[in-house]
Amino acid sequence: MKRHTFWNDLKNYKVLLLMLAPAVAFFLLFAYVPMAGIVIAFKKYDYAGGIFGSAWNGLENFRFFFESGDAWRVTRNTALYNIAFIVVNNALQIFAAIMLFEVGGKWFRKLTQSALFLPYFISWVVVGAIAYNLLNYDIGTVNALLRGFGMEPIDIYNTPSYWPYILVLVSAWKSLGYGTVMYLAAITGIDTEMYEAAEIDGANIFQRIMKVTIPNLYPTIIILVLLAVGNIFRGDFGMFYNMIGNNGLLFSSTDVIDTYVFRSLITSNDIGMSAAAGVFQSVLGFITIMSVNYAVRRYDKDRALF
Amino acid sequence: MKQLDRKIFSGIGYVSLIILAVLCIFPFILVVSSSLTEESKIVTDGYQFIPTVFSTEAYSILFKYPEQMIQAYLVTIGVTTAGTVLGLFLTSMTAYALSRKDFKWRNGFSFFFFFTTLFSGGLVPWYLLMVNYLDMKDTPLALVLPLMLNVFYIIVMKSFMSSIPEAIVESAKIDGAGDFRIYARLVLPLSKPALATIGLFLALAYWNDWYNALLFISDDKLMPLQYYLYKMLGNMDGMRKAMMGAGAVVTTAIPTESLKMAMTVVATGPILLAYPFVQRYFVQGLTIGAVKG
Repeated sequence: MKRHTFWNDLKNYKVLLLMLAPAVAFFLLFAYVPMAGIVIAFKKYDYAGGIFGSAWNGLENFRFFFESGDAWRVTRNTALYNIAFIVVNNALQIFAAIMLFEVGGKWFRKLTQSALFLPYFISWVVVGAIAYNLLNYDIGTVNALLRGFGMEPIDIYNTPSYWPYILVLVSAWKSLGYGTVMYLAAITGIDTEMYEAAEIDGANIFQRIMKVTIPNLYPTIIILVLLAVGNIFRGDFGMFYNMIGNNGLLFSSTDVIDTYVFRSLITSNDIGMSAAAGVFQSVLGFITIMSVNYAVRRYDKDRALF
Repeated sequence: MKQLDRKIFSGIGYVSLIILAVLCIFPFILVVSSSLTEESKIVTDGYQFIPTVFSTEAYSILFKYPEQMIQAYLVTIGVTTAGTVLGLFLTSMTAYALSRKDFKWRNGFSFFFFFTTLFSGGLVPWYLLMVNYLDMKDTPLALVLPLMLNVFYIIVMKSFMSSIPEAIVESAKIDGAGDFRIYARLVLPLSKPALATIGLFLALAYWNDWYNALLFISDDKLMPLQYYLYKMLGNMDGMRKAMMGAGAVVTTAIPTESLKMAMTVVATGPILLAYPFVQRYFVQGLTIGAVKG
């Protein structure tokens, strides 16, 4: 009889291990090695010394980041934007999915669904160009319309207070189709007998949706919201960077951790502080995911992420 | 009474869906329309939904000296093809090993991959690794590698492969097939829907990628399409230079605004043309993923 030692297992799984090897090497190099690189946040980085040769700097980088006053601003912005995205996007997607399920013939559904999905397919660069097209002071469509009605045009690219609304709208616009399809799939999976039973009990269409459709969507909603909450301290760099770019006038209401880290690294070349901000973000994100998952586990073990 | 409920509801449903659909399509019409409008009209009246004075000047300028555009197209096509093929191969191979229920260490490896989505070193160490230690600045690898493997895709593929009956693998084993052979000859052909979905996601991510170029590419020859568009939109002087560099003697004023929109159309074109065909597979793939959730 073969003994089940480690070496025996190794031999048995030789091929499977070889098949895993490229991916293991990939994540080791591109994900785990950078985790070790977190030490940069505690160093006074200089190119000659590199990551390990540079002198230690204690918590100076973090102190600099927090005392600059930027830390609070970018953290608040990141979290608030993501909360708004989660609420607005999911509500709109659920609404669109229910409507698509309940209303219209085959052709109407197909056409509307295709239209809703279209923005998902284009890059943030193109979205940035479209936004500029709409919002530009001199030739933007919005201001052309305002002028047409005899109203004063708005200088949107110089006014921070408009941007939270604009960004929430753009996020909803781009993600609408994707989320709608996810929820539509969940609705299609609901047992039709439940609807028939509701019908017999005399439920009208509104009651049917509130009492059957929405409760049956809870598992999907919870999973999607959980995933999003875990990323609450991560900004969508592509979106913020292409919509705002390096327009410093708008930073008070649009700067998120990711754009801040990027600018410190590339534009001002402040590697130490940029790394410190990145570590701050990763730690916050990790704590959020772990606590949300812990809370869900206590409430319902099967709903937790892990 | 019941009839009335239904009618009110349908009314609301139709109207709101039509509004949402129109809002989703309108910006595209705006871009196409402004690319076909005469520049002077844009400057005086702003971007319009219907071209008031029709002009194809922007396109004719764009196609007069297309070298850089073609170069950017070639980079994007090359990166998308290589990345999608490699990514699909590695994703499916990894997912297969993790999906094998008799593989003792599958949970350990799964966690090894999953953990990278929970915690990361952040942008700075990763950037320094790519640039200072792996020397990938201005190499095609910098465009291909970062998007090649994605934990989420591995998980989706793994859950799809887990639904393939184990008996098939068992019987192949009895017939003497090795693990790799079972993967290549049996599991892969059965995983076509998952492969199509993940392949499309990968291809779309590569086609629309500009971020890695922003970080790592300064050589014009390696600029992918979206990054080229990004640079030109932000810097029309750069565009003028590119045109002149291509041998153009630019005497007339370049129609900046309509040209921006024409470039946007050309850079988005293939996606929009492929869209009706591709969309179906996306929906199917997402549906599979959502049901499995």
